Amino acid sequence: MGALTLQGVTKTFGTTKVIQGVDLEVRDGEFCVFVGPSGCGKSTLLRMIAGLEDVSSGDVRIDGTRVNDVAPAKREIAMVFQSYALYPHLTVRDNMGLALKQAGKSKAEIRDATDRAAGMLALEPLMERRPAELSGGQRQRVAIGRAIVRVPKLFLFDEPLSNLDAALRVATRIEIARLHRDLGATMVYVTHDQVEAMTLADRIVVLRAGKVEQVGAPMELYNDPANTFVAGFIGSPQMNFLKAGALGLSSDTLGIRPEHLAISTEAGEIEASVTHLEKLGGETLVYARSEHGLQTVRLFGEHSYAVDAPVWLTPDRSRAFHFDAAGQRLR
Amino acid sequence: MAARSPLGRTIAAHAVLIAYTLIALFPVFVIVVNSFKSRRAIFAEPLALPNAETFDLVGYTTVLAQGDFFQYFQNSLIVTVVSLAGVLLFGAMAAFALSEYRFRGNTLMGLYLALGIMIPIRLGTVAILQMMVAGGLVNTLTALILVYTAQGLPLAVFILSEFMRQVSDDLKNAGRIDGLSEYRIFFTLVLPLVRPAMATVAVFTMIPIWNDLWFPLILAPAEETKTITLGSQVFIGQFVTNWNAVLSALSLAIIPVMVLYLIFSRQLIRGITAGAVK
Repeated sequence: MGALTLQGVTKTFGTTKVIQGVDLEVRDGEFCVFVGPSGCGKSTLLRMIAGLEDVSSGDVRIDGTRVNDVAPAKREIAMVFQSYALYPHLTVRDNMGLALKQAGKSKAEIRDATDRAAGMLALEPLMERRPAELSGGQRQRVAIGRAIVRVPKLFLFDEPLSNLDAALRVATRIEIARLHRDLGATMVYVTHDQVEAMTLADRIVVLRAGKVEQVGAPMELYNDPANTFVAGFIGSPQMNFLKAGALGLSSDTLGIRPEHLAISTEAGEIEASVTHLEKLGGETLVYARSEHGLQTVRLFGEHSYAVDAPVWLTPDRSRAFHFDAAGQRLR
Repeated sequence: MAARSPLGRTIAAHAVLIAYTLIALFPVFVIVVNSFKSRRAIFAEPLALPNAETFDLVGYTTVLAQGDFFQYFQNSLIVTVVSLAGVLLFGAMAAFALSEYRFRGNTLMGLYLALGIMIPIRLGTVAILQMMVAGGLVNTLTALILVYTAQGLPLAVFILSEFMRQVSDDLKNAGRIDGLSEYRIFFTLVLPLVRPAMATVAVFTMIPIWNDLWFPLILAPAEETKTITLGSQVFIGQFVTNWNAVLSALSLAIIPVMVLYLIFSRQLIRGITAGAVK
C-alpha cells in the first residue's frame, strides 16, 4: 500500500545539479531515513517525493504509479515539517481535518478521523485551541496528528525534531517509532542527526552532495561502511582515522572506532598526549593528539588522565577498517 | 563612563518625540483653530484660540450651505477606498507571484514593477489625459481610480514582496499537500500573516490619493466628480479668498482620512498572530 521507487532522479537549479541521479527502493511499511550533512540535498529529495519541487529527470513512483506530474494533494502523502507549519487561524481540530474537508469527506467522517488521531497522540484536551496557545512539543504532535488523519500511503518527515529541546526530542522520537509500529505505514524521514537515523530507521540512506553514498540497515552501515564518509558520519563519537603507512600497513587509511582504541600510560603502538577529557558518568571520552591528528578514545566507566600526560594508543586491528587513498573501503 | 540611566534615556526620547509631534501637528492646529473664528479674528491674531467674541461658525455654515459638499466628500471617499482596495489586492497578488514562483524574468519583472517608485506618475499626465479622452473616461471617477491604482502599485508590490518572502515556505507547502488551491493559500494563509505590511502600504497609499489636487483638476473637474480637495478650491479666488470656508472645508476633510487611518493603525499595532510557525 505504500512502496516508493526513485529511478535516476535528478534536480538542477540553474546550472547546479543538487541531486545527481538517485535510485532507491523503499519497501511497503519500511521506515527509511535520509541522513547527511546540511546541503547534501536530502530535504530537496524529500520535497521532490512530495511534489513540492519538480523532478528535473528520472521517475518518482508511489505504489508503481508514476507521480512526477501529480499534484502534492493527489499523491496520497502526508508531510510533517520542521517548523510545524500549522495553520494559525484554525483550531487544532480544524488543522487536522482540513485535508479531509478539502477532499470532500463528510463532517462525521472528519470528526471520527480527527478523534482517532487525537487519541493516538493524547491531543484530546487541546482540540479546540489554536496553534498560538500550544507549546513547541504540542505543536509538533498536532502536526504529526494532521499527517495521521489523512491515512496516507507515505509519511514524509522533514527534520521534525530539530526545533525541539533535547528531552522533548527523545520523547517525540520514541512516539514516532511507536506510531510506525502501530500504523505499519511507509515513512521517509529526513534528518542531519545520525542518532535519530540510527534509532528510528529500518534502513538508512546516507547522502552527500546529491549522491547516495550507501544504503543499509543501521548496523550494516555501522559495522560495514563503504567509505570514509559513511564511516565518519555514522557512529558517535566519530571514527578515528589513522595513517596506515605509519603503522606499517599497505592501505592508505585505517579507521578505528573510539571504543576499539586502547589507551595505556605505559606502552602501545602510537605515542600521544591527552588534550581533553570528557566524563559522562557511564563512559569517559579521552581526546589525545598524536602524529595522526586528534584521536578519540571511548572508555566505559570513570577514568582519569591528566591533560598533557603522555599516553600510548593501540588500535584493535581485528575491528579496524581499511580504506584506499580515495576513501573507498578495502575488503 | 557610566551608561546614561534608563530614566534619562526615556525622558530624552520623549522630549524628541513630543517636539516632533508639536512641529507636525502645528499647521493642522492652526487650520482647525482658525476655522472656528471670524474672518477679522483670523487676520488679527492667527494663533489665538477662539473666544466668545471671535468664535464664529460662518465657515462651516458656508461650506455646508454649498449643497455639493457632501457630493465632494462622497467622491473623495469612493475614489480613495476603491483605489486602495485595488492597490492592496493587485499589489499583494503581484507580490505573491514575484516572491513565490520561480519563472523566467522574475527579477526583471520585479524591477519593472518597482520602477514606478522612482518615476513620478505626473510626468505622464498628457498621455494619461489623451488615453482618458480616447476612452471616454474624462470627468468620471473611474479615471481617477485607474490612475491612483497605477500610482500606488509600485510601492505596494515592492514592500509586500519583501514581506511575503518571509512567510514560511513550510506553511504554504503544508497547504499544498492538504489540497488548498493557490488562491486559498494566498488569501487564508499568506495575507493574514502580512497584515501589518498591508496596513503600512494602505496608509502610504491612502494619504496622497486623498490629498491629490492634480489629477482631479485635470481628469475630473466636473461639478459631479469633484473631490473634496478640488471642491475646497472654489473658495480660493484670484482676488478674494473666503478663508473661513477654506479652513472649515480643510478641517472637515481631515476627518474621513483620520478614521481610515485609525482603522489601519489598529492593524499595524495588533501585528501578526504569533505562534503560527515557531
